Amino acid sequence: MARFDFFGEGLPGIDLEELKGKLIVLEGTDGVGRSTHTGLLKQWLENNGHAVLDTGMARSALAGKAIRQAKEGHTMGSITMSLFYATDFADRLENEMIPALRAGFIVLTDRYIFSLMARAIVRGADPEWIKDVYGFALRPDAVFYLRVNVDDLVTRVIQTTGFDYWEAGMDLHLGEDMYDSFLEYQRRLLKEFDSMAETYGFAVIDASRSIEEVFDDLKSRVSGLLGPAPDPASGKVAGCFYETYR
Amino acid sequence: MYGKHRFSGRLFIVEGIDGSGKSTQLSLLHKWLESEGYVASFSEWNSSPLVRDVTRRGKKKEMLTPMTFSLIHATDFADRTEHYIVPPLKAGAVVLADRYIYTAFARDVARGVHPEWVRGLYGFAVKPTVAFYFRVPLDVAMKRILGGRDALKFYEAGMDLGLSDDIEESFRIFQGRIIEEYEKMVDEFGLVAIDATLSIEEQQSQMRQIVTEALTGTKKARIRKWLDLTSLAKGSRE
Repeated sequence: MARFDFFGEGLPGIDLEELKGKLIVLEGTDGVGRSTHTGLLKQWLENNGHAVLDTGMARSALAGKAIRQAKEGHTMGSITMSLFYATDFADRLENEMIPALRAGFIVLTDRYIFSLMARAIVRGADPEWIKDVYGFALRPDAVFYLRVNVDDLVTRVIQTTGFDYWEAGMDLHLGEDMYDSFLEYQRRLLKEFDSMAETYGFAVIDASRSIEEVFDDLKSRVSGLLGPAPDPASGKVAGCFYETYR
Repeated sequence: MYGKHRFSGRLFIVEGIDGSGKSTQLSLLHKWLESEGYVASFSEWNSSPLVRDVTRRGKKKEMLTPMTFSLIHATDFADRTEHYIVPPLKAGAVVLADRYIYTAFARDVARGVHPEWVRGLYGFAVKPTVAFYFRVPLDVAMKRILGGRDALKFYEAGMDLGLSDDIEESFRIFQGRIIEEYEKMVDEFGLVAIDATLSIEEQQSQMRQIVTEALTGTKKARIRKWLDLTSLAKGSRE
């Protein structure tokens, strides 16, 4: 039996039996600390002897740059945006994630299809349509959903990056200004995430805690996923990371 | 999601393999519609200003898989649907499209993409008023293409599929598969098949007859002068 399967109609020409690694997803709305924790987890896993590939939205060689350019212009329609991101995702899945899984890497991804589906649905896409589009995605080993309330999110965003046109859903004309629009847009996204958390069985992580607490929580969950380490006697590295898990 | 539209405009599209003569026919139709006073706009496969450079680069560097090939073309199509197809249809204009979703269904499935998946992917497309399919034997199409252009292109010839090392042979096999897909779609989507081995004039006359029937109640431009000026301006730029 292959360890992996696709959500729907899969990718042509992929032998699932060959995929040996782990696919771990960090999801959540904007500003919950996903990228911080992706970075921390990567470092921790590598210190423990695991090979890690990290990836995230709009980083594909094929479409990443074009998506960023298209977002500058603010003229991209919602269906176009959904499909542009789907192209970017497919390129990374086929050319980065799957080869890494084949080689036995741990693939850590900052967002996965769930963010993309939530954004599309909030913009009026038919939920069934976008779900079917992503039928070619691999079902991950785990989805850690970093969750904070909209109120906490606002505070964080003000303290860090400030409001962004797309993160505030300004294309949807939801409010008088960026603040109102941000609140409403993120509220709607949160509702979609919460509903997907049930459908797809996300592990919900309370991300309103300190970075250290959230990271400890993530570490223990990831350790559980990786299972018992190989026999310590068989190699120094394996023995070493076995210790770290405890 | 648009599906079968209630817009007041009309959407006519042409399909067929390269060398079937569909673009020639559409351009003749376009000129005729304008001379009759209709407001007609034209949209071509793979022409979105937002997306086409990605496709071009992906093809040039041979970085596309059947899946990304499919998705990038759908992205291009979505942008054209949102910007150049739906708004004129809402305004009551006639929209002409050179290649439509059936091109994707034929090519992507010939590349091994799942037929149901790609049909679902294009679920947001507007259903055409009439979809013309220019049916032509492979040999005839190949003679037209090889006579006119010096080189076959990598993806057009399906070279990404490893069908044959010889590009002409690969083209023949791949386009043959595409014809098979088109033929299946004639019934599935009610494509109107035109015999593309007939004379250009005969094909155009058949097309105009069908289009005329479908145009009943379509609005014409009130200010003819404006149209004349734009066509003059176009002429001077060329």
